[in-house]
Amino acid sequence: MRAYIAKRVAMTVPTLLLVSIAVFVLMRLVPGDPAQLMLGDQGDPAQLDQLRRAMGLDRSLPVQYLIWLRNVAHGDLGRSLANDLPVLPLLVERFQVTAGIVLVAVAIAASIAVPAGLLAAWRQNSLADLAIVAGSTLLLSVPSFWFGLLLLLLFGVKLGWLPVIGYVPFVEDPWRALQYTILPVVTLALIESGVITRMARASTIEVLRLEYITHARAKGVPESGVLWRHALPNAFAPTWTLIGLILGNLLGGIAVVETVFTLPGLGRLLVDAIFARDYPVVQGCMLLAILVYVLVNLVIDLLYPLFDPRVTAE
Amino acid sequence: MRLRGNALLGGMLMALLAAVALLATVWTPVAPLMPNLRARLHPPSPAFLLGTDEFGRDVLSRIMAGTATSTLVALLTVAFAVTAGAALGLLAGYARGWTDRALMAVNDALLAFPGILLALGLMAVIGPNKYGIVLALGLAYAPSVVRVVRATVMSVREREFVEASRSMGNSEVYTVLRHVLPNCIAPLTVLATSMFGWVVLAESALSFLGLGVPPPAPTWGNMLSAARPYMETAPWLSIAPGACIALTLLGVNLLGDALRDRLDPRMAAA
Repeated sequence: MRAYIAKRVAMTVPTLLLVSIAVFVLMRLVPGDPAQLMLGDQGDPAQLDQLRRAMGLDRSLPVQYLIWLRNVAHGDLGRSLANDLPVLPLLVERFQVTAGIVLVAVAIAASIAVPAGLLAAWRQNSLADLAIVAGSTLLLSVPSFWFGLLLLLLFGVKLGWLPVIGYVPFVEDPWRALQYTILPVVTLALIESGVITRMARASTIEVLRLEYITHARAKGVPESGVLWRHALPNAFAPTWTLIGLILGNLLGGIAVVETVFTLPGLGRLLVDAIFARDYPVVQGCMLLAILVYVLVNLVIDLLYPLFDPRVTAE
Repeated sequence: MRLRGNALLGGMLMALLAAVALLATVWTPVAPLMPNLRARLHPPSPAFLLGTDEFGRDVLSRIMAGTATSTLVALLTVAFAVTAGAALGLLAGYARGWTDRALMAVNDALLAFPGILLALGLMAVIGPNKYGIVLALGLAYAPSVVRVVRATVMSVREREFVEASRSMGNSEVYTVLRHVLPNCIAPLTVLATSMFGWVVLAESALSFLGLGVPPPAPTWGNMLSAARPYMETAPWLSIAPGACIALTLLGVNLLGDALRDRLDPRMAAA
């Protein structure tokens, strides 16, 4: 068990290093070096030279990378070119908005999708199965931002039940915050439940064919027990991994959904920073999104033995 | 039986997509970029079947032109990703050693980027334009092709028929192209089909964010983005472009599932 944890944690180090190199290189492809970007067009050459030396930009590229990496490791992601504020607190503030919505949405999606997948697998080829498969294939095909627009159109414009534009933090006014966040949460939960349902159904069908299930039934275990206690624990592992991937992916910024619902989340920050050519913020958003993605998948893998003890046995 | 019906529906949707895309390159009811200030924000009517937008442009014509653009971008991207990915995957799988390790390290770093983040970062550097998207999305999706091709090469490179080709005096390049590459075609077909769907979705999302195909050229994504401010006065603008994306993805998903069950039973979802 301990060897498994150590191995899995060690695996993330080279991934993070390689990804950080990729982000560093990507941002250096932008015309103009960081000092030039900071001073803008009207900086005088002497000042530019001085700043370059102070930032280590006169050194070789690998050294520059190491300096940059050290700063990042200390939480120094530079300052926004737009307002000269440090990047990190900005990222943290925006990430909270995204994280709140995504966590609730994925929890809802999983709690709808897993039972639905289980039911469909249990009665494979029945009418219920057909309906669930058709429904999840449809959800899989609908783009989240369009689905969000349709929900806004219905509940915001036609029925007038919910506001169309805006956001209020939960700590300020929970009731109004709920009005602004309910549609994005429902959008994400429904869209993501499609793919989770398909996975849960497919892996449950595989497990239900195994002999120990027949044995459990022959022993007289009631069907609900067969499903929840015998089939689900074995069928859940691939679904668990998928939920982790979705979670990591969405936490990295759901820019399109945040754009539809005008939410000040991480994804929207990234897109706005790209438009404003605010490269320190772009870089910070990308690093945070990847870090979250890698860490979520690490946690998911570390919890994996709970569902499938075989992985630690080797 | 059900599967065949699904494949048929998927195939019909894709055929419709191709037909509209081809038709739009030669004919649309109205010129898709032509403003008509006397017919601004017209609801759907016999004259404008899907209504008009804030400049009085015909939505149906723009949808058709958008179909051509989105399909072309998706096809070019998939072609780029598959060609580049297959070449690198063959190289990595066949060369082994340091070449393989270096290629796979870079590949894994690119695969570690979640979703369309890598494409977003690349678009930040390239700036929004039609061919920039092909490059950005192609680079984002090629790593999965490298993976699949390398794995297939690894599994067949020591098999007898590859050994036989070598011992007959065929060159390494000939052996790879003639005897190793064909084994990758089934998994690549499955992957390329799904990838077409991912690219259509990703391009729409990027265009919706304003980082994809720039206006005035219409795509489904940038039409939806332009529709957002007119949600209350002209709701029809928000409906048709998204429906096109959804129908395309539905077609790809149905066809993709059927293809996977046929060509790659190992990956079949029961």
